[in-house]
Amino acid sequence: MTDARRPEFTPQQLAEVRRLQGLYPDKRGALLPVLHLAQERYGYVSLEVEEYVAGLFELSPAHVHEVVTFYTLFFQKSKGRHVVSVCHNLSCDLMNAKGIIGHLEDRLGVSPGETTPDGRITFLTVECLCACEQAPMMQVDDRYEGNLTPGKVDSIIEGLK
Amino acid sequence: MTEKIFTRNFHLADSHTLTRYRAQGGYTALPKAFGMEPAAITEEVKKANLRGLGGAAFPTGVKWGFIPKGSTAPKYLVINADEGEPGTFKDRYLMERDPHALIEGMVIAARAIGSHTGFVYIRGEYVKPWRILDGAVKEAYAAGLLGKNIQGSGFDFDVVLHRGAGAYICGEETGLLSSLEGKKGWPKIKPPFPAIKGAFGHPTHVNNVETIRAVPHIIHRGAAWFASLGTKSQGGTRLYSVSGHVVTPGVVEAPVSITLRQLIYDRCGGIRGGKKLKAVVPGGSSAAILTPDEIDIQMDVEGPKSKGSMIGSAGIIVMDETVSIPGALMVVARFYAHESCGQCTPCRESTGWIYKMSRRIVEGKGRKEDLDTILDVAKRGAGTTICAFYDGAVGPYISYIEKFRAEFEDLIRNTTHA
Repeated sequence: MTDARRPEFTPQQLAEVRRLQGLYPDKRGALLPVLHLAQERYGYVSLEVEEYVAGLFELSPAHVHEVVTFYTLFFQKSKGRHVVSVCHNLSCDLMNAKGIIGHLEDRLGVSPGETTPDGRITFLTVECLCACEQAPMMQVDDRYEGNLTPGKVDSIIEGLK
Repeated sequence: MTEKIFTRNFHLADSHTLTRYRAQGGYTALPKAFGMEPAAITEEVKKANLRGLGGAAFPTGVKWGFIPKGSTAPKYLVINADEGEPGTFKDRYLMERDPHALIEGMVIAARAIGSHTGFVYIRGEYVKPWRILDGAVKEAYAAGLLGKNIQGSGFDFDVVLHRGAGAYICGEETGLLSSLEGKKGWPKIKPPFPAIKGAFGHPTHVNNVETIRAVPHIIHRGAAWFASLGTKSQGGTRLYSVSGHVVTPGVVEAPVSITLRQLIYDRCGGIRGGKKLKAVVPGGSSAAILTPDEIDIQMDVEGPKSKGSMIGSAGIIVMDETVSIPGALMVVARFYAHESCGQCTPCRESTGWIYKMSRRIVEGKGRKEDLDTILDVAKRGAGTTICAFYDGAVGPYISYIEKFRAEFEDLIRNTTHA
């Protein structure tokens, strides 16, 4: 992972930034896509990354900070190699999301919002991911995992290196 | 059973590909639409009695008609794929299993309103739907179905996929537009309405995925046919997302004349484990809760309204007799407290305080006056904010307490210090 304290995009990434900016009537529209790009590269959006991205958009760092802190998918501090987000909204709650969350707390030894000491997994509880037909469900990095049981959760967690 | 419209290709393994979509008759409405005057397309959608299927149920053709005509200034078509209403998951299926139908609907809608640029705002968590739709957009460009001079029609239309970053409020159309413009997703004061001053300051039309997905069918088979599938208040079939304590949860397509009872017992196998129904949310978590004696209603725009609720996003959450309604209210209240964007004081403050009160009731620390305080705060705040978010939160606050008050009072009475 490149250093989030000293951000600098590669020429290819800068070209991608310009391509994204060109898709919108005002280049500012590309701010969220570029922040996604930055988070992919640096793992999270540090204050330094905010400032760097602000420069690419001729925006104030304060504006970018306001945006970053508004959305749940942008991490403001370093996260684990994997992110496990369990839905705790109504349909999942009805189908025992609490049991799944409790099982993960025991299994990982951390509470929601925390990262395992080995840096492997950041564990979160989140609002509805709109896969209620598979409740209880969770998001593991980019993919959805549903119809969870403690056994299924164990095998998914074991697969995360 | 009536024929399938939205779900007709869902069972095919390669339903997301251009080849399969074409083999199933896809992209045949497009040349027909190119042969029609834009105003005639809008008229057809009006006559079809298509309602917005994202939550607000506004007549789609009427909304299209709000976009100013004659001006050469840019106009934008924005698809709201920021599916987020708890209990709803239909748009995920539509994007994963029939993405070309959305693209075809977008091109037709764009022609009707005179737009040459479309944005699809997809919630950031929907990585798989985004990848599949992105693949479909690339296929459509390669086949001349998007871009310049589409199918020799002289009509140009580009599609940009835009990923959100995690915020329920961006499903509210002006919050979505703020987010699309690279800002936090704060809703905007109306007027001006997006049709006059929307994305990047230009006339903008926003429709839900499912709504636009209905358009090719209406053009292909006619407004009269589509209207005849529904009721007087609304044409067509629609997708119901059914979750909770039913035997077979999932996406169900049905004519809007279907009753809530039929959806639960005939289409989803009834209550799991032979248990009794205790309560059901008919239109996503912002819809008022219904009791078992209120489920003989048609699931169109008017049915849930007749019981003081709303069809909303048609996300149906079924609760069996084991469910604690105060516990359910706490979960729902936590959601609204978390997702309030913080712009308007009544919403920012009330959602937080109501969550705290609902939590202490569940934790056995409830006070006698809490229920009336929640009801009072809920009723005073409704209608005082920039967007409909708080009105949505008020739906569950009031209905859960008013319909199940004894259960809340039992919890409070049994607390140690109350």
